[in-house]
Amino acid sequence: MKQDFDYDLLVLGGGPGGYVAAIRASRLGLKTAVIERDKLGGVCLNVGCIPSKSLIHQAKMFDSLGELESLGVTVDRKGLDHKKVYSKSRKAADTLSRGVSYLMKKNGIDVIQAEGVITGKNEISLSTGRKVTGRFIIIATGSRPKVIPGFEFDEKYVLSSTGALMLDKLPEKMLILGAGAIGVEFAYIMNSFGVEVVLVELMDRILPLEDEEISSLLARSFTKAGIKVMTGAKALSVSVEGDKARVELEDNKGTRSAVTVDKVLVAVGRTPNTDGIGLENIGIATEKGYIPVGDYYRTSVEGIYAIGDVVNTPLLAHVASKEGEIAAEDIAGISTQKRIDPLSIPGAVYCEPQVASFGLSEWRAKKEGVPYEKASFPYRGAGKSVAVGQPDGFVKVLYDPRTKELLGAHIIGADATEIIHELLLIRAAELLPEDVASMVHAHPTISEVVMEVMRAVEGKAVHV
Amino acid sequence: MAEKVLMIALSPTMDSGLIARWHKGEGDRVEIGDVICEVETDKATMDYESTQEGVILKQLVKEGEKAGIGDTIAIIGEPGEDISALLDDDRPLSGAGLSETVHETMDSLKGTARDSETAIDQGSGKAGEIEGGRRIKASPLARRLAEEGGIPLDRIKGSGPDGRIVKADVEAYSAGLDNDTHMPAVDKAPAMQTVAKKPFDRQAAVDKAGVMPADKVRYVPVTGKRNIIASRLSESMYSAPHYYLTVSVVADNLIETRRHLNESTGSKVSYNALLIKYVAEALKRHPMVNASWLGDRIALFTSADIGLAVAQPDGLITPVVRDCGNKGILAIENELKDLIEKARNNSLLPEEYQGAGFTISNLGSYGIEQFTAIINPPASAILAVGAMKRTPVVDDDRQIAVKTIMKLTLSCDHRVIDGAVGAAFLKNLKDIIEDPVSALY
Repeated sequence: MKQDFDYDLLVLGGGPGGYVAAIRASRLGLKTAVIERDKLGGVCLNVGCIPSKSLIHQAKMFDSLGELESLGVTVDRKGLDHKKVYSKSRKAADTLSRGVSYLMKKNGIDVIQAEGVITGKNEISLSTGRKVTGRFIIIATGSRPKVIPGFEFDEKYVLSSTGALMLDKLPEKMLILGAGAIGVEFAYIMNSFGVEVVLVELMDRILPLEDEEISSLLARSFTKAGIKVMTGAKALSVSVEGDKARVELEDNKGTRSAVTVDKVLVAVGRTPNTDGIGLENIGIATEKGYIPVGDYYRTSVEGIYAIGDVVNTPLLAHVASKEGEIAAEDIAGISTQKRIDPLSIPGAVYCEPQVASFGLSEWRAKKEGVPYEKASFPYRGAGKSVAVGQPDGFVKVLYDPRTKELLGAHIIGADATEIIHELLLIRAAELLPEDVASMVHAHPTISEVVMEVMRAVEGKAVHV
Repeated sequence: MAEKVLMIALSPTMDSGLIARWHKGEGDRVEIGDVICEVETDKATMDYESTQEGVILKQLVKEGEKAGIGDTIAIIGEPGEDISALLDDDRPLSGAGLSETVHETMDSLKGTARDSETAIDQGSGKAGEIEGGRRIKASPLARRLAEEGGIPLDRIKGSGPDGRIVKADVEAYSAGLDNDTHMPAVDKAPAMQTVAKKPFDRQAAVDKAGVMPADKVRYVPVTGKRNIIASRLSESMYSAPHYYLTVSVVADNLIETRRHLNESTGSKVSYNALLIKYVAEALKRHPMVNASWLGDRIALFTSADIGLAVAQPDGLITPVVRDCGNKGILAIENELKDLIEKARNNSLLPEEYQGAGFTISNLGSYGIEQFTAIINPPASAILAVGAMKRTPVVDDDRQIAVKTIMKLTLSCDHRVIDGAVGAAFLKNLKDIIEDPVSALY
């Protein structure tokens, strides 16, 4: 009855979904191997979240020199060497990638450095010519930047997010196509370092999936900082002229214009890596490129799971990690939650002001006819934000009119990506507004806006 | 000093227990560890071992009565102690005459009362309600929903962290769904409940004088093996929804095959070895029949490990021939002989009788024409083989012919094997028995 396999579990892909799944599985007693063609940690750690946060941190420091100058300090900004900025970001990524290697070793997980193709229900063929077998397989191959026809990445003029992270020299002028989280973060980074930035978005607002008021506040802030924001605009073509790229644009009225820049960053989304991994060999058909999964992220093939960017859930590292844990626990036979509550997934955008949110937004509630009430509280009502010179921002919450269950929260402002979690806890633990409204918060903190907005739900906000 | 003896949770899911039998009566001395009574829960009857010592001064719950967790069931102390204070503050309503229905009503009244307390608690900022030493864990949102819907929280089982009641549990409860799975609660229909809650007392029925005089009953102790057979087969029968498929197989070819095999090899192969091989071939084509229900998923066995029920003087056992799909009939026969010998000597090792993915039970040698067998877990199907009997049959040419008919009855676990799947397997098996060459198709 028992068949012998090399491993209990093979994880295809060592990104934040795959390696977390492997650690969880190994701790639950499964003999586990991770197959990774590049570096452990995946896009997130190597060419995504982590190096970009390093760049953002440095951009923010550089950007705040203006404040120092207002104190009479003179700073020579010309000394900025982007090579150093770049190598710092690489160092952060490398340190963490080594950290993942250490975690693999510590947890007794074999790391197989190869490209893997699934060639059977229990078998993965490696680019090294070897084959490995596993009782279970988790597919966690992630995603890559989406290509739009006519704007194929040459990583010289037309950059993907990876190419933009690998720049060791700042361009003078950059055009960014797509104002989602990636586009907006690069717009902030480049603008802070003094690059002239044009941010182009096809939809009628930047961060089109966020709350509408957040989009407009961020657009105002960006424009004030000198970023040229063009919404409802389409890029028609790109051509290289000399050592510059010329991009032809068309606005929603059909008016055409051209912009000449040093680099074009195309950040219009991501494509799941579901091609070339052998899905056809086990009879899995993708839907719009994604692998269909049921509860516990099980695919249609017994024993095979899919998590992270290859399944149609938000393409976020923390989503992949959680999905990996759920799949690993299911494989180990531990009953756990069936899937992540889609309304409880936080999203974070690390420009300044920061944006963070989860759950229902007003535009979606209106579109889907979900009844809701809302409350909001401005940052300037919290003493701390004024004292530290970041008074722009607000927090907005949507709640069930009858039960006051928190349905969604949206923050723009200083430390938004950190303080979102108190609101998320309210939702996850099913607390009621009064629970947090009545809880004493330290003064002065940015977190006071959370307490105040919960008081606002109760109709008794103090500092407005 | 006298102390209360409280009903405790003897199993994780128990919320009340019925006192099946008092082992210690009023006035009896009790040491720590003594069984004072047997408690019947939703799952089993368990011994209640005392954690206190002294003399039972009062029994507050009679045999056959139910007590919730935290309720006082007795008072223990030293003879002559005044226990009126202890009696006063506990269960003034618990009398022998209360019917099940009244208990139910009381329970739900209690639940409602708790909820209004909850509301007050929240108003005054307290953490939660405490009654009878038990705090009900529920999220604030779940409490609000329960309060609005007038739903007693103590009726709901929590599915959140550490058993906390969350919104989904309250919603499932009010939608009439089962709290554990959030699936329709078919077993919670009121009529069923009343039936289920009145346990049938077998001993009392056996004891009934006149019907069965006491000296006409002889008691045989239950051995470990009998206990395992009893519990495994009851578990299988009551948890696996069985259904049965019967087919008549023309066995002349089977007889001929065996005769030919014995002649050409000079051995003596049993019909069981042949049947095991044929079943293995059919299982290859119908993998869902070689499977096991695990609740949240189905295990499909990739090897045909087939058990054969073998009678023993004191019970029965099912030795397993492994990987029959990859073995020849002679190999199967040799192994089978060896296993049956060991089964009769009681010398089978656990790995020789555990984990069959399919089982065969053959009562043909007793002349039984047809019967239904109980599935032997973890398998999902068992084949009951009847006697071979020469029978007049109408053949394809509308002529009456004498043929050897053998009836096969397949018991299937419907959780794994749907009717059509079981039927297709059985048809395939019939085809192979009637024309063994078809196994090569």
